[in-house]
Amino acid sequence: MREVAVVGVGCTRFGELWNRSLRDLVVEAGIEALEDCGVGGEEIDALFVGNMSSGQFTKQEHIGCLIADYAGLASFHIPSVRVEGACASGGLAMHQAFLAVASGYYDVVVAAGVEKMTDVSTEDATDALAAASDREWEGFAGATFPGLYAMIARLHMHRYGTTREQLALVSVKNHANAVHNPKAQYRRNVSVEDVLNSPIVADPLRVLDCSPITDGAAAVVLAPLDIASEYTDTPIRVKASACATSTISLHDREDITTLDATKEAAKRAYSMAHISPADVDIAEVHDCFTIAEICAIEDLGFCAKGEGGKMTEDGETEIGGKIPVNTSGGLKACGHPVGATGIKQIVEVVQQLRGEAGKRQVDGAELALTHNVGGSGGTAVVHILSR
Amino acid sequence: MVVGLVSYGVYIPRYRIKIEEIARVWGKDPEPIIRGLRVREKSAPDIDEDTVTIAVEAARYSVKRAGIDPRRIGALYVGSESHPYAVKPTGTIVAEAIGATPHLTVADYEFACKAGTAAMQTCYALVKADMIDLGMAIGADVSQGAPNDALEFTAAAGGMAAIIGKGNDVIAEIEHTLSYTTDTPDFWRREGQPYPEHGGRFTGEPAYFKHIYNATKMLLDATSTTPEDYRYVVFHQPNGKFPMNVAKKLGFTEQQLLPGLVVGRLGNTYSASSMIGLAAVLDKAEPGDRILMTSFGSGAGSDTFSFVVRDTIEKIRVKEVPTVEELLSSPIYLDYALYAKHKNKIKF
Repeated sequence: MREVAVVGVGCTRFGELWNRSLRDLVVEAGIEALEDCGVGGEEIDALFVGNMSSGQFTKQEHIGCLIADYAGLASFHIPSVRVEGACASGGLAMHQAFLAVASGYYDVVVAAGVEKMTDVSTEDATDALAAASDREWEGFAGATFPGLYAMIARLHMHRYGTTREQLALVSVKNHANAVHNPKAQYRRNVSVEDVLNSPIVADPLRVLDCSPITDGAAAVVLAPLDIASEYTDTPIRVKASACATSTISLHDREDITTLDATKEAAKRAYSMAHISPADVDIAEVHDCFTIAEICAIEDLGFCAKGEGGKMTEDGETEIGGKIPVNTSGGLKACGHPVGATGIKQIVEVVQQLRGEAGKRQVDGAELALTHNVGGSGGTAVVHILSR
Repeated sequence: MVVGLVSYGVYIPRYRIKIEEIARVWGKDPEPIIRGLRVREKSAPDIDEDTVTIAVEAARYSVKRAGIDPRRIGALYVGSESHPYAVKPTGTIVAEAIGATPHLTVADYEFACKAGTAAMQTCYALVKADMIDLGMAIGADVSQGAPNDALEFTAAAGGMAAIIGKGNDVIAEIEHTLSYTTDTPDFWRREGQPYPEHGGRFTGEPAYFKHIYNATKMLLDATSTTPEDYRYVVFHQPNGKFPMNVAKKLGFTEQQLLPGLVVGRLGNTYSASSMIGLAAVLDKAEPGDRILMTSFGSGAGSDTFSFVVRDTIEKIRVKEVPTVEELLSSPIYLDYALYAKHKNKIKF
C-alpha cells in the first residue's frame, strides 16, 4: 500500500445559505481545494463525494455525475462516485479516496462532501435525518435522533454522574472555538446559562445541545505521498484511515453509552498509525449532540469510560488544554451539513497541522485525529493525519 | 403642489388574547415565545367582524377626523390578504358604506402585508396626476395563523385608512416614495387553503430584512437624508424583534422606533401593520417632524415613504376619533375557547 497525503483543502462557509444550491456549494469547495494545490481538472483521476440524502433534501440523486459535470469535468469522463453512510458519508468518501490512492489504482483523487439541507422544512429535514436510524424499529416508533441521543445522555448521567452543566460545557467550548472560524455557522459565544435556558428538544437535551441544520460543502485533494511535494510545500500524511460498523439500532447495543463502532474504528486506526490515544495532539469528533462528544472522547480513549464529562469540565479539551477537541467549532457551532462534516473535519485538522488555523491554531499540533459517526453509531470512521 | 395625507383613521377590535393563553393550549413555555417575539398579546375580531367591517370602521374614522365630504373621494383601494370574497370587491362595500359611491374607481389589492401601502402609492400618483381630488388607501386584515403554527401567536386584526390629497389640507406631505420588489416566496396561501404557509427562518434575512433594508437605503439616498433627519421611523412589525433589528442595522435609534412600534400589544395586523404604526406616530407628531415608514409584504417587496408633518395636523386631532393608544386601551381578554369561536375555528 502506498502512503497517501492530503495536498489541497477547501470548504464553503457553513450556514443557512438560501441562495446557494447543492451544486454551487460543492463546486465552490472543490475549486478552493484544487486552487490550494494547483491541480487542474485534467489531473484528477477520480472523485468521491459524501452525501447523505440529496434525494430527500433536494429531490436530486445521481450527484456523482452531476458534480463532476458542474465542476467542468464532463469532458474528462472521470469516475465520480457518491458515498453514503448517513452522517458519516464524508468520512467514508475520504476512506474510499484514501483506498483508491493507497492501492495505486489512482493518483490524484478528490474527496468531497456536501449537504444542502435548508430547502425543506425542519419537519422534513428531521424525517430525512431519521432515515439514518432503523426506520422499522426506531423511526416508525417515533424515535428521532434527538430522542435517541437523549436516552444515551440520560443513562450516561445516571451511570457516571455526568452533569447537565458538563453537557452544556461542550457547547460553550465549541461555540468559543467557532468564533475564530470564518467558515462557521454560529460565530458567537454561548454561556452555560444560555444552554440550560434554551428550549428543550428531548429531555435532557436542549436546542443549544444540538447541532443545527446546515448547508455546506468541503473537499480535499489526495495524492501519493512520494509525489505530494509536486503539489504543495506542506503535504499532510494520512497515517490511518479506518471505519467500522455496529448495530444500526440503539436497542440492540449491550451498552448504549458506548459506540462500539467508534471504539473499533479507533482501535484499527491507532494500530495502522502505530500510535496510542495519548499521542494525539488535536481531534475533531462527531458532536452531533453534546453527549456525543462526551461519549466520543471516552470511546476514542482520550479518557476512561464515564470521565468525558469531567475531562470537559476540567478544560482538557479546550484550545490550550491537554487535547483540544473540535477546534473548528465542531458540528455544534461550525454547523453540520451531514455529508460534508467528515470532509470538513479533515480540512480543519489539515489547516491545524499546516499551522494555518489563525486564531484557533493549536501550537505545535503534529498528530491529529478525526472521528465521524453515522446515525447513533451504526457507522464510525476515524482518520489519523500528521505533519 | 403639496401631496400627502389629509386624514387617517384606525380601527382595532377590542378583543385580545394573551400569548400565554395560546401557549398554554399547545403545551408551550410562553416566556421564550414572548421574549423571542416581543409580543405579549394580540387583537382578535368579534364573531361578526371581518376585513370589510374593519375597513369600514377605519374609513369612517378617517372621513370624520377631517370632516371630509366622501363624495370627493375619487379612488378607493383596500389592501388585504383576508378579503372575505375571492371574487367580489371589499372596496365597493366600503365605498358604499361611507357614501363615496358612485363616482369613483375601486379595487382590492393583495400583496401580503404591504397591500395597504401599495394602495397609498396608487392614490398618491392619481392625486399627483390630478386625476382625482382625494384617494383612500386602506390596509385591513383579520389575519390567519394555523392553530399551533408560529403565526398563531401574532396574527391579529385591525385596519387603517389613509386619505391622500393635495394643497392646504395636507397634514403630512409625502416627500418621496419608492419600492423594492423581488420574487421571494417566503410566505404564501393558495386558493382554497384556509391558512398561509411560510418558509420559517427564510422569512427573515432573504425576505423581511433584505427588502426593508434596501428600500429604506434607496429612499435615504434618493432624498439625500440620513437616519438623524427623521424624528420617527416605522417598519412593518410582524413581531417586535424584526423591526428592532432592521432599525439598528440602518442606524435608527429606539427613540425613533418605539413610538410607532405597537406590535407588542396589538400583534401583526398584516396589511395594516406598518400603517397603524404610522398612525400611532401621527397621533403624537409635531409640525415639522419627518417620518420614515417602510412596509414589507411577503412574496416580496417593501414600499417606503418619507413624510413631513405640517401645521394642519393640529386641526384634525378631534376627540370623536380615537387615537391608536385609545384603541389599544381597555381590551377585553378572550380565552382560547372564545378566541376559537371568534375566529370561526370551531367547525360543526
